[in-house]
Amino acid sequence: MAPITDGQSLKQLVLGRKDVQDMSDTEADLPPDLMTVNMGPSHPAMHGTVRIVLTVDGEKIVKGDVQPGYLHRCFEKESEYATYTQVFPYTDRLNYVSPMINNCGWAMAVEKLMGLTGKLPRRAEYVRVIVSEMSRITDHLTCVGASAMELGAFTPFLYLLKCREWLYQLLEKVSGARLTHSYVRVGGVSKDLPDGFAAELLGCLDKIASVMVECESLLNNNKIFRDRMAGIGKLTKEDAIKTGCVGPIARAAGVDYDVRRDYPYSIYPEVEFDVPLGTTGDCYDRYLVRIEELKQSMRILRQCFAQIPDGPVMSDDHRVTLPAKGATYNTIESMIRHFKHIVDGVRVPAGEGYAFLEGGNGELGFFVVADGTGRPYKAYCRSPSFVHLSTAEMLFKDHFIADVVPIFGMINMIGGECDK
Amino acid sequence: MGVELTTTRLEDAAKWAKQGKLARIPDWGRKFSLFTYPFVTACCGMEFMSVAAPKYDIARFGAEFPRFSPRQSDLLMIVGTITEKQGPALKRVFDQMAEPKWVIAFGVCASTGGFYQNYHAMPGADQVIPVDVYIPGCPPRPEQVLDALMMLMDRIQDGRGHSQLRLKREQMIAQKTEE
Amino acid sequence: MSQKVLDALTAALPGAVVRTGSAHGDEIAWIKREELVPAATWLRDDPKMLFDAPVFCTCIDWLDWKPVGRPVAEYWNETKPRFTVAYQLRSTTHKHRLRLEIELPENDARLPSLADLWPAFNWQERETFDMYGIRFDGHPDLRRIYLYEEFVGYPLRKDYPKEKRQPLVRRDDLPINPIKGPHAGEHK
Repeated sequence: MAPITDGQSLKQLVLGRKDVQDMSDTEADLPPDLMTVNMGPSHPAMHGTVRIVLTVDGEKIVKGDVQPGYLHRCFEKESEYATYTQVFPYTDRLNYVSPMINNCGWAMAVEKLMGLTGKLPRRAEYVRVIVSEMSRITDHLTCVGASAMELGAFTPFLYLLKCREWLYQLLEKVSGARLTHSYVRVGGVSKDLPDGFAAELLGCLDKIASVMVECESLLNNNKIFRDRMAGIGKLTKEDAIKTGCVGPIARAAGVDYDVRRDYPYSIYPEVEFDVPLGTTGDCYDRYLVRIEELKQSMRILRQCFAQIPDGPVMSDDHRVTLPAKGATYNTIESMIRHFKHIVDGVRVPAGEGYAFLEGGNGELGFFVVADGTGRPYKAYCRSPSFVHLSTAEMLFKDHFIADVVPIFGMINMIGGECDK
Repeated sequence: MGVELTTTRLEDAAKWAKQGKLARIPDWGRKFSLFTYPFVTACCGMEFMSVAAPKYDIARFGAEFPRFSPRQSDLLMIVGTITEKQGPALKRVFDQMAEPKWVIAFGVCASTGGFYQNYHAMPGADQVIPVDVYIPGCPPRPEQVLDALMMLMDRIQDGRGHSQLRLKREQMIAQKTEE
Repeated sequence: MSQKVLDALTAALPGAVVRTGSAHGDEIAWIKREELVPAATWLRDDPKMLFDAPVFCTCIDWLDWKPVGRPVAEYWNETKPRFTVAYQLRSTTHKHRLRLEIELPENDARLPSLADLWPAFNWQERETFDMYGIRFDGHPDLRRIYLYEEFVGYPLRKDYPKEKRQPLVRRDDLPINPIKGPHAGEHK
């Protein structure tokens, strides 16, 4: 090789190119063709497992191919082999940050097909709404905490997880499990709230409110947080509707749709709450909408505890309830009925129906086809995360690779719900 | 196999006692500074976050900072269900880790598949990679996770993790073939 | 709840609608496969309808349909169509909902795609293809979404056994290795 005499030959030596023309330094260093970068399926953004194949031009994303399905656990196929009550644990693991809401959704779908909608005891409905709103709060805490951590803000993550830990302990008192509760049953809930629960939860809400003040002061006007979130991943209102977006993402884009207010179910007509709306549809708006929804959920919880009546927490319709324990152990007819109820399942008359409610991510619905036996013929879950993830390709366009992190975080794609 | 291995606990204890203090220190260091790679897939991820959070605090065991690169970590925590589609990715991550490395199967889905017995959920992560400690639970309580971590730390100290045994086996085979 | 939607649809496009029905508060319209795209376009654009928000797209396989408490004539047999693809739509302005159902025979499970009208159906139709094998003509990118490319078969069909695994990778020293061992290829 010829001895190095000038800067041009040094460039040839280092870059290995045969003909380096007289370009400026930056042009000589950057290759012109598009590069494929793989983000996935196991990556630090702790929001489930998804593979994103990005085609980038330098740092700018030209095309992003999102490939879900790494957590496809066959909810629909498993449901066809399980009784209606045995499907509740599978629904817990769909949106695993707000499991009570999934439980309530499945119960609502089955009750719709049996004609029990609106005929449950009032206390059962109130308990369902209380645990659903607690789950919604845990969902938003986890989403905001994890997204903040991915952007480098570790402190709000720890603070919000501390709040989530208090709620998990309360949910454990109610249902027995911290995360996957399987608490709701067709026709009500499995057991009543424990004694002293109201006082504990209301104290916990006060503590959460003060922690939220701290977190908001850390994040809302934080220059780094705003620069990374504001103006990123904008979604217009028309696009949000066409692509099926619902929930906090659609509300951040200005779509005024909340299932609790527009198609009210359970006891939501009797509680007052506001539905926050954003304007620009970027990540910062989604964050603000989630924080505000959290506060509205706390407002709903306080009203529920003021209004909750006494009474049974399970319907007394003989098709869905187990017979009383005294009768089960002492009369043969009740024992047989108990046995058939557990083994065959709740028998739902043949038909199809779609019931939906407001999940942590938006309209979560269950489309059930029943065939008269105790096992569903088909159980389809309309998962909002799946629909939102399909908009990710559109949102990534013309952003930098580093913007993938806040966009993906604020979509709140929960792997279990997306991949079912 | 033709190579003598320590197979009973009595022999193991005797060897450990005869082992000099100097030989035990690297394992002692390794067990108290585990760099975890949390291969988080599903709901157990929430309990992993709780374990890392202030109340259950995995930091007091030294396993605080997750290293999100297999090249820089030595403990692979498989958190959540592994599906058939994920299998090649998991194997690749495991192969990229440097020896000695340990694996914890966190949750019953990673241990045996849990109640997901279907065409896509792999019946346990140990179909693809060797696992040292299995944590049952759906999801396991954080106390169970800490118990499993302490169990793993005992194993590391004794040199009985799968990769440590493999290294020892290879060393012994190499010694034998030299003779 | 919105019977007038069904009435308006039958009045505007009588050739497209096979029958209508209402069950548990849902309105359902069975549509002929050939008229699906004109019907869907009309439903989206007509000012009284304005179904601008897609909700879901899925498929029902009637192979094992033997409903308890119904006459035997309603059981499935080979003369009836095996699949029904269901699309649920919603209107943000008028707040009504509608389900379109299209019946398809097994040997000709093809359907025109609605992905151009509502982009949300892009991924949902891919999911239906992946799980049931329904082909959507005109879909921009019809490939598997949940399962991997090497997977053979359509798992949510009733004749696919639940536990039939098709593993991609297994350890070399497994006692029963479905990929390489003596029992290779015999997926349970």
